[in-house]
Amino acid sequence: MLDVRGLRKVYEGSGRRVEAVRDLTFTVDAGELVCLVGPSGCGKTTLLKCVAGLLSPTSGEVLLEGRRVSGPPPGMAVVFQEYGRSLFPWMRVRDNVELPLKQKDLAKARRRELVSDALDAVGLADAAGAYPWQLSGGMQQRVAIARALAYEPDVLLMDEPFAAVDAQTRADLEDLVRGLWRQRGITILFVTHDIDEAVYLGERVIVLSSSPTVVQEQLKIDLPDERDQLHTRVAPRFAELRTHVYEQIQAAKRGAVPQDAKAAPPDVKTDRIPRVEG
Amino acid sequence: MKLLLQRLVFVLALPAVLVAVWWFASAGSTDVYWPPLRTILKTFPDVWTGERLIDDVLPSVSRLAAGYAAAALVGIALGTVIGSYQRVRAVCEPVLEFLRAVPPPVLIPVIMLFAGIGDTMKITVIASGCVWPILLNTVEGVRALDPVMAETARSYGITGAARLREVVLRSASPQIFTGLRQALSIGIILMVISEMFAASNGLGFTVVQFQRTFAIPDMWTGILVLGLLGFVLSVLFQLVERRVLGWYHGLRASTRRSS
Amino acid sequence: MRGTSAVLGAAGFAGFLALCEAVPRLGVVSEDYFPPVSRIADALVGEFGDEAFWTALGDTLTGWALGLTIAVTAGILAGVVISVVPYLRAATASTIEFMRPIPSVALIPLAVLLYGTELRSVLLLVVYASFWQVLIQVLYGVQDVDPLAEETARSYGLGTWARIRHVLWPTALPYVMTGVRLAAAVALILAITAELVIGAPGLGSRIAVAQTSQAVPEMYALLVVTGLLGLLINVGARTVERRALAWHQSVRREVTV
Repeated sequence: MLDVRGLRKVYEGSGRRVEAVRDLTFTVDAGELVCLVGPSGCGKTTLLKCVAGLLSPTSGEVLLEGRRVSGPPPGMAVVFQEYGRSLFPWMRVRDNVELPLKQKDLAKARRRELVSDALDAVGLADAAGAYPWQLSGGMQQRVAIARALAYEPDVLLMDEPFAAVDAQTRADLEDLVRGLWRQRGITILFVTHDIDEAVYLGERVIVLSSSPTVVQEQLKIDLPDERDQLHTRVAPRFAELRTHVYEQIQAAKRGAVPQDAKAAPPDVKTDRIPRVEG
Repeated sequence: MKLLLQRLVFVLALPAVLVAVWWFASAGSTDVYWPPLRTILKTFPDVWTGERLIDDVLPSVSRLAAGYAAAALVGIALGTVIGSYQRVRAVCEPVLEFLRAVPPPVLIPVIMLFAGIGDTMKITVIASGCVWPILLNTVEGVRALDPVMAETARSYGITGAARLREVVLRSASPQIFTGLRQALSIGIILMVISEMFAASNGLGFTVVQFQRTFAIPDMWTGILVLGLLGFVLSVLFQLVERRVLGWYHGLRASTRRSS
Repeated sequence: MRGTSAVLGAAGFAGFLALCEAVPRLGVVSEDYFPPVSRIADALVGEFGDEAFWTALGDTLTGWALGLTIAVTAGILAGVVISVVPYLRAATASTIEFMRPIPSVALIPLAVLLYGTELRSVLLLVVYASFWQVLIQVLYGVQDVDPLAEETARSYGLGTWARIRHVLWPTALPYVMTGVRLAAAVALILAITAELVIGAPGLGSRIAVAQTSQAVPEMYALLVVTGLLGLLINVGARTVERRALAWHQSVRREVTV
């Protein structure tokens, strides 16, 4: 479904070169839920933007169903971390979800159907007429997810979607994403810096190294399909897996620290703010 | 009910006091330049008849509307182009900064050279004075498009005209309205003084005519009409703004509450 | 980045000048209406050599500076009093909303009758127009005072004067600066307008004279002077605003955006 081959991205500007992503190769199969996890500032967002066709890689390529991605492909939807800035505040929830569909030349009745179905699926059927800023952060992110669902993408990309919501809401949203994935069989590539989240959600976890990024390890999550916040997170297997991923990330951090890490230009610096992991 | 009454008192008290002070202070006035308010009000219906409204107020307002609309169209269109391209902006900025700084009334004698003293001159004067605040504010608004919003639009295939209409112009609209508001007051100034310069009808012309013929109470009614016109236009503007930017005021109120 | 911008900007300006030179030379527009830049530059040099020009410039600046000073002082005083005295804000709101949009040029006939072409005519228009700019900004600024800071100040028993000095004024200052900047630009427009229309001495009346005597290049030269004056005032006001408020968040945000 999704192939990333030898992806490399170097930022150049004002005389400095920063290699954000060195060499990444991985695939996501149809209907899979893959989590990408790595230390903060390891170029996850850069990678995701390359996959989404928002940035063009310096070398290597991204293939979606065998076709090379050179701009945002129609079969991909992105859910950004900054829900407050990715929803349009001048449109009501319904119109936010519908806007991308208008570009797809769908009949009005079909658009309505998709919008109400998507809002139902995220539990926001009642909020269709509200403005995004009238909703809580978690609800806004649900709207963003509904917009992506209604778009009927082949692949759904999620860029640390729950990093900015509180812990309770976060757990709810994780279950929502897993539920939608199981119901609808969508392919999801989920980027996060939270190890627990990656292990809890994913069928497979790809651990990335620090910048310049390579794939540190790929790990199959052999937890049962039926997961819930209460039992899964205390299961011994869950603890083993998260410990393993944690060790990998620690190893990644100790590993080759790039020379220019301290001299990053401002455009990639946001990715490097040190945060406490886990 | 009590609250409503209280608000009504607050709204009306000071204006009532001011009018009363004017009324009584000027009541016995023998100064030609400061006629009693009673005389001014008595003159009002005689001066501002239906005929006069059609002959003087209507042409003024139509010229203002035409010039203002042209300025809005050109300002927003050019501003969007300049704001969208960083290089175009860098090339144009110094020239625009200079042109904006020229006090708009100075344009009247220049435009009179080209366009004579007819309606074309006045509409051109109004348009060329109003265009700068609209243009520069549109540039700022378009430039400040949130990068996350821009990427969202791109990743969902919202491009071309839809991107312009649904994303770029909407996100710039608060700033565009700031420009439109500044332009409105400049437009009124230019409407009045372009008529004072050279005209055979219009509000500015009439008021100056009263002054030159020493019809002082008539002149005062003219000043009142100009004031009223300014007030009415500003109220209309606020109504439109509240409708178009309702989302923006709501958004600001909600961020202020949460911060 | 900044270097490239400056080069592009300079190129843009040079292109603009070249265009203004070429358009009349190529006969697109008659030279009688739109003289080439070189002729305007000649006229400008001529103006610089004329003592009357400098007097006119001085008159305009006097009207501008005096009017602005009066408007700013009055605006700040009125704003603070309105915000500090209880109920005054609510009582004056409707009057302010009504008076503010009244175009100051409506007062031109009155100014002519009362003061003729004296400086006071100019001042009447300048002060009326700029006063509201300052007042409105002061009121906005005071509205922005953190109620918590205000309450804290009250609970520590700070008197009215101390509260104005330590709580209200620092919060309102950035807004006041914005008000002064806007008022400075408006004051210039009105000063020139008064001179142009009423005939009070200054650059405006000099332009009117140039117009009636068909001295087209001189008229354009004077237009350029008023533009430069406006530019200087804008840039100056912005610099002062930034210097004075380097610490303040709203300004910092404006710079980084």
